Amino acid sequence: MKVRILVRLKPGVLDPQGRAVHHSLEGLGFDGVEDVRIGRLIELDVADNTTDERIDQMCQQLLANMVIEDYAIEKLSASEAA
Amino acid sequence: MAMRSAVVTFPGSNCDRDMAVALANVSGTQPLRLWHGDAELPDGLDFIALPGGFSYGDYLRSGAMASRSPILQAVVAAAKRGVPVLGVCNGFQVLTEAKLLPGALMRNASQNFICKTVPLKVETNQTRFTSAYDKGEIIHIPVAHHDGNFFADEATLDRLEGDGQVVFRYAEPCNGSRRDIAGIINAEGNVLGMMPHPERAIEADHGGSDGRKLFESAMGALLNA
Repeated sequence: MKVRILVRLKPGVLDPQGRAVHHSLEGLGFDGVEDVRIGRLIELDVADNTTDERIDQMCQQLLANMVIEDYAIEKLSASEAA
Repeated sequence: MAMRSAVVTFPGSNCDRDMAVALANVSGTQPLRLWHGDAELPDGLDFIALPGGFSYGDYLRSGAMASRSPILQAVVAAAKRGVPVLGVCNGFQVLTEAKLLPGALMRNASQNFICKTVPLKVETNQTRFTSAYDKGEIIHIPVAHHDGNFFADEATLDRLEGDGQVVFRYAEPCNGSRRDIAGIINAEGNVLGMMPHPERAIEADHGGSDGRKLFESAMGALLNA
């Protein structure tokens, strides 16, 4: 089973990297960009019987730093994972 | 009494030797050198140092992989028994990732790696690591980091300030850290994490000696224990 974990900075946590990229986009002439936030996508290939609870534990114990980050779990269907 | 200290080396540590030299220089005893894969600490350690560097290539987040390494589980257990632990730079990042200290070290607000000597204010000398300094003293210590931007939520920051756990503060803005925090200690007073490198400032002939008192404080605390 393929699982996608999207790790993002919590709302309110300043994202200096996002701000620098925002500035660069404006420098390239892209108007109307209100904000840029940068996160991290982690793809896992896990045994089909892996429980949601287990995946949650992986996120909380390692994949995300809960002090500054949130995460979202997306399980891919067979066609999406292909 | 000879001190029994240890410096942990992770793959990618690069200040471990400087830390060992500083400990040997101040205490007169060579520290033990430990490797990240060791699952147990030698008996009777009375000081553990986590050095600067880029452990595990800073994969995932700075300090994240090191904080889950076998030796860190033993270091956490030792810290909870009251053994003094000093984490410098990457060592500070490891301590926050291991939850021995609150908060997180994020990318510098400027996005740039910062490598220079900075003025630091000693916020408290009521710790086993800073007793040889004067409260409010300004010292000059090198920083060299990309991820030194200390973050914690407002409630945690207020608690740290109120409980005297902010030990060092940048005397001028450095990297975007909340409230210019450069170093904090745990509530129990035995775990100190700081981004600046006191081990790089122990000899006047080599960039200053303002860091020496930190090691003298820590060694003195052991002798008086």
